[in-house]
Amino acid sequence: MAGSGTAHLRGHDDVVLRVENLVMEFPAGRHQVVHAVSDVSFDIRRGETLGIVGESGCGKSTTARAIVQLPPPTSGRVVLDPGTDQEAELTTLEGEGLRQVRPRLQMIFQDPISSLNPRRRVRDIVGEGLHIWAEGLDDEQIRARVDEVLEAVGIDPTVAANRRPHEFSGGQCQRISIARAVVLEPEILICDEPVSALDVSVQAQILNLLEEMKSRYGLTLVFIGHDLSVVRNVSDRVIVMYLGKVCEVGGADTLYSVPAHPYTRVLLASAPEPASTVDGSEAAIGDEIPSPMDPPSGCRFRTRCIRADDRCTAEEPVLRTLDDDHFVACHYPTAAGPSGA
Amino acid sequence: MAGTLLTVQDLSVGFLTEQGLVRAVDGVSFDLEPGQTLGVVGESGSGKSVTAKALMNLLPSYAQVGGTVDFDGRDVFAMGANREKHFWGVEMTMVFQDPMTSLNPVKKVGEQIAESLRVHLGRSRGDALAEAGDLLEQVGIPEPAKRLTQYPHELSGGLRQRVVIAMALACGPRLLIADEPTTALDVTVQKHILDLLDDLRRTRNMAMILITHDLGVVKGRADEVMVMYAGHTMEEAPTATLFAEMRHPYTEALLETIPRIDTPSHTRLVPIPGRPPEVIDVLDGCPFAPRCRYSIARCLTNQPDLTSHGTGHLCACHAPVGTPSGTEARAANESTGTTATGLDMDQFTRNVPVADLGQSGEEG
Repeated sequence: MAGSGTAHLRGHDDVVLRVENLVMEFPAGRHQVVHAVSDVSFDIRRGETLGIVGESGCGKSTTARAIVQLPPPTSGRVVLDPGTDQEAELTTLEGEGLRQVRPRLQMIFQDPISSLNPRRRVRDIVGEGLHIWAEGLDDEQIRARVDEVLEAVGIDPTVAANRRPHEFSGGQCQRISIARAVVLEPEILICDEPVSALDVSVQAQILNLLEEMKSRYGLTLVFIGHDLSVVRNVSDRVIVMYLGKVCEVGGADTLYSVPAHPYTRVLLASAPEPASTVDGSEAAIGDEIPSPMDPPSGCRFRTRCIRADDRCTAEEPVLRTLDDDHFVACHYPTAAGPSGA
Repeated sequence: MAGTLLTVQDLSVGFLTEQGLVRAVDGVSFDLEPGQTLGVVGESGSGKSVTAKALMNLLPSYAQVGGTVDFDGRDVFAMGANREKHFWGVEMTMVFQDPMTSLNPVKKVGEQIAESLRVHLGRSRGDALAEAGDLLEQVGIPEPAKRLTQYPHELSGGLRQRVVIAMALACGPRLLIADEPTTALDVTVQKHILDLLDDLRRTRNMAMILITHDLGVVKGRADEVMVMYAGHTMEEAPTATLFAEMRHPYTEALLETIPRIDTPSHTRLVPIPGRPPEVIDVLDGCPFAPRCRYSIARCLTNQPDLTSHGTGHLCACHAPVGTPSGTEARAANESTGTTATGLDMDQFTRNVPVADLGQSGEEG
C-alpha cells in the first residue's frame, strides 16, 4: 500500500497549503528509528475540508503537527499559499520568520480541557493572540472582538468571559478552543480529533459549529479523525493513512462509495454499522499493526492484506489516478480488478 | 435453559456529595435470560457503568444502593463479600474499558489468568497455567504458550483486551458484563473483540450485558436494548423493535445526531442542545425535557413512568415519538417556535449557535 507519489497534487490552482514528501522520524534508541510519517504529500484548496482518517499509529496526528512545525519534519516541504505573493515555505523558516507565519495556521486538539490553561480566564485565553498580534487594536477593541468570537461559538461572554476552564463542560471547552483558534482569523484550522473526547449528543453541536465557523471566517480545515462517519460528514476530500503512508485519496463521497484500497475497505467494513458499499466479511484482518520501527518492505499494508502477493513485497505502490479526483496506492485496487495496474 | 438468570428491580445508587445527593441510578429494572445479550446505551453520566458496578459489588462503601438484584434465585445484595467470594469473578464477571489498567503490569499474563482459577476453583499452579493457555487460544490469541510468559506491556491493545476477556471467562461465568469493551480500541480491532464476545456468549450460553455509548455497537448484537439517561431508563425494547419504532425522543435524537457512514458529506446533523445533566436531588420532571423537541408542560412537573408500547417495549415519555400525543406535541412546539422548557426550535433545523451555558453555567 501505500504510498508515496504525488499524482494527487493539484498544481497551484487556489491551493492554500501544499505538503510535499513529508517525512517524520523519531530516534528510538539503539540506532533504531520510528518511521512515523514516510513520504506523504497532499494539498488543500481554499475553503476545502481535508479529512485524514486512520487508526492509531498511522501518523495522522504527527502529520498535523509537522504542518505547524511542532516539531519540524525530518524532511519534506510544507508550503503555505504556494504560487502567490504570500507564499511561505514553513520548513525553511525559523525564528522570527516562522513566528510571523504562525497566526495563519491554528490548531485545536482532542482533549478540550487540558488544552486550556486552567489558571487563566476565558477572556484572557481567547484574547491572548490578539494582544500579541493585533497591534492596531486597543484593549477595548480587543475586548469587543473577543466577545464577538465567543458569541459566535455559542458562549455567552457576559457569563463566561471571567470564568476559568474548569467551570465548563468538555463541549463548552471545545467551543472556547475554537474561539481561541479563529480569533486571529487564520487561513487554516487544523483539528486533531476535535470531537473524540465528547459525548455523542455534544459531538454534533461541535461539528455543526465547525461548519459554521468555516463559512463565517472563510476557513480551510484539516480534520483528523478515526471515526469514519464523522470524517465523511465534515470533509470534502479524504486521505486514508496507514503506518505512515497514504493509501487512498479522493472526494469524500467517492472514496466512501467506491473504496478501492483494501485497507479502506477493511475500515469501512469494520465500522459498528458497516458501510453499504463493502461486505461485512471484508473486515477480516489480523490484529497486529507492524512496528513502525521496522515497517514491511514494499507495501506497508501487505502483512494484513488479503490480496498481497510477491509484487507487494518487492515493489512499493505509488499513488496513481483511478478516476477523476480518486487516487490509490495499491497494485491491486478494487476498481481496477485483480489484474492490477 | 428457560427462565430468567438475572432480575434487577428498582435499582438505585446515590452518592452523597457536597452539592447534595447525586442520583447516579434511579429506579432501573430489567431481566436477563441465559444466553441473552442486553445492550445498555447511554452517554457519560447516564448511570450505565454505575449500574454495572452495583451488580458487581464494586461500588465504594459510601454509595447508597437500593433495590433488589436476584441472580438465579439468590439475592445478590444480601451476599457478603467474604462468604460469597466465589460468586463475583466466577458466576458473574466483568470486562472493563481500558485493558491496560485492568491488567497488573508487573505480573505475567499467564499468572494473572491462572490466579482466578487457583483462588476460585482450587486448581494447582501447573493445571491453572495449562488452562490459561487454553483460554488464550479460545479468545483467539496466536502463540498462546509464548503469550503466557509475557507482560501486558508487550501486547497490543487488542491482545490485552483479549487477555482481559480470557480472565473474565476463566471460571466459566454465567453472566459477563462488558463495560465499553472496545471504546479504547481501533475500529478494526473493535469489530474483532465484539465478534469474539458474541461467539463466546453463544458457545457458552452465557448471558451478557454490553454497555456502550454507541447505538451502532448494540444494533445487530444485542437481543434487547435499554437506553439510559441521567440514571433513568428512557426506553427498553427488543433491538429490532427499538430501531424500527423508537418511542423516546432521546433515542430518536441520539440516532439523528450521529453521522452515518452512508450519508453524503456535509449532511447537516440535528444537534441535541445542551449537555447531559448531573442529577442532584429529586427531579420534578423528565430529565431529558430541557433538551427535548417534544417537551410539553407536563414534562416539567411530572416524571414520566415507563409504560408499555407493545411486546417488551417500554418507554418513559409523556409525548412519545410516533404516537398521537408525540406528534401533536412536536407540531405545537414547531408552531410556537419554542418548547415547554423554552428551547428554541429553530436550532434543530438551522445552524444557530447553541448557547448551552444557560443550563449548566450557573450550577457551579
